[in-house]
Amino acid sequence: MAEAASVAAECLAGCRARGARSVLGQVVLPGEELLLPEQEDAEGPGGAGERPLSLNAGARSRVRVICGPGLRRCGDRLLVTKCGRLRHKEPGGGGGGVYWVDSQQKRYVPVKGDHVIGIVTAKSGDIFKVDVGGSEPASLSYLSFEGATKRNRPNVQVGDLIYGQFVVANKDMEPEMVCIDSCGRANGMGVIGQDGLLFKVTLGLIRKLLAPDCEIIQEVGKLYPLEIVFGMNGRIWVKAKTIQQTLILANILEACEHMTSDQRKQIFSRLAES
Amino acid sequence: MEEEMHTDAKIRAETGAGSSPRGPGCSLRHFACEQNLLSRPDGSASFLQGDTSVLAGVYGPAEVKVSKEIFNKATLEVILRPKIGLPGVAEKSRERLIRNTCEAVVLGTLHPRTSITVVLQVVSDAGSLLACCLNAACMALVDAGVPMRALFCGVTCALDSDGTLVLDPTSKQEKEARAVLTFAVDNVERKLLMSSTKGLFSDAELQQCLAATQAASQHVFRFYRESLQRRYSKS
Repeated sequence: MAEAASVAAECLAGCRARGARSVLGQVVLPGEELLLPEQEDAEGPGGAGERPLSLNAGARSRVRVICGPGLRRCGDRLLVTKCGRLRHKEPGGGGGGVYWVDSQQKRYVPVKGDHVIGIVTAKSGDIFKVDVGGSEPASLSYLSFEGATKRNRPNVQVGDLIYGQFVVANKDMEPEMVCIDSCGRANGMGVIGQDGLLFKVTLGLIRKLLAPDCEIIQEVGKLYPLEIVFGMNGRIWVKAKTIQQTLILANILEACEHMTSDQRKQIFSRLAES
Repeated sequence: MEEEMHTDAKIRAETGAGSSPRGPGCSLRHFACEQNLLSRPDGSASFLQGDTSVLAGVYGPAEVKVSKEIFNKATLEVILRPKIGLPGVAEKSRERLIRNTCEAVVLGTLHPRTSITVVLQVVSDAGSLLACCLNAACMALVDAGVPMRALFCGVTCALDSDGTLVLDPTSKQEKEARAVLTFAVDNVERKLLMSSTKGLFSDAELQQCLAATQAASQHVFRFYRESLQRRYSKS
């Protein structure tokens, strides 16, 4: 049974946990376990160098690390639950920073604080039911609009587009959204106006377009004057002067995901000429 | 034992596709996988093992009927459609096996009162169908971004009348074998998740098949890793 023994040895070797820092930027698969940095030092081979003597010899100093999407705590390690690239953000203040997995997904799961575009599907009493693309429709109260009172109701019909943010979004409760910020101002939220086109893209593309240094939006803005709304649930609403321009913009944004920046610049220059 | 024809690994030019190079000791057929090929489902994958090909689509976490909802975890449904004809009892039993494997691996407690549906369509059947369905389902679940605690793969073994073990048998080998065993293993500790056996075999032969499956699963998981790395390298 030598084969069985060698197979067992390979299996055990394969599932040894790797340090999180050594895997940053690489593709990780579900089932992998990652060691946090301070554990790595303790368990690594021959952790030489000076270490200050601690008064209680047994206790390790704990660094507080935030587990983002795609990771779960498993004992004192991180378990990867989604496939994607591992990322890390250094902390502003004290603490160990945030680790998360950048994965490509189409289905949206409501998260508190996210701004999304929803479609009103029903009006029951004082609450609108809004479809946000998740597993349940979100509820939106008619008082959650700027300047809304019991006498002064907002003009919202079934089929309207709403841009709002989640105030309650967890796995156990029905998601609730509002079109008002904590100060009571609309801040761009509310019913989205007439015309325009709503289309769906992947969540990764939305995050890429909303990143602070994204050139795509600046280039698109130079092409035609436009109004655009991004929802974190993968929905984009776009409106330009004519229907043709609107359709061109929608096609460009959908295709952006698979194009390299050179191809994009080519297409933009071709459109700018015509 | 029949000699398998080893073909060269070809890299497909489509998004997220990949094919496996075959190791010297492993007699699995040439396999290939393509992800994100369907536009409607949240995740989709096509898995090819030799001439057996299965297409999988995953929808979820999505709305669930009140009669089917479970208060603390996701309802997992598997639908398997054969190539010709209406689904029968054999498809129902395979659906149950695949569903039990997926339920052991998917973190359903993160999405209570939702449904995760896996739809499998048999495109061509040339042996080892259940293993190919399991592999396609796993790749489609990964493509959909459903949280999982491990990846899983399926491997089929066939024992013929003089006790020789053949991995990944063709339909002809399956018909002539005295026992056909299919196992599903996970990638964390190569533990057994599901076993489905048909025929006559001894205890020692069962252990031999399990060991061979665990060895072969390494090749499959290496292929998964390469395929997923190729997909993410394009972004």
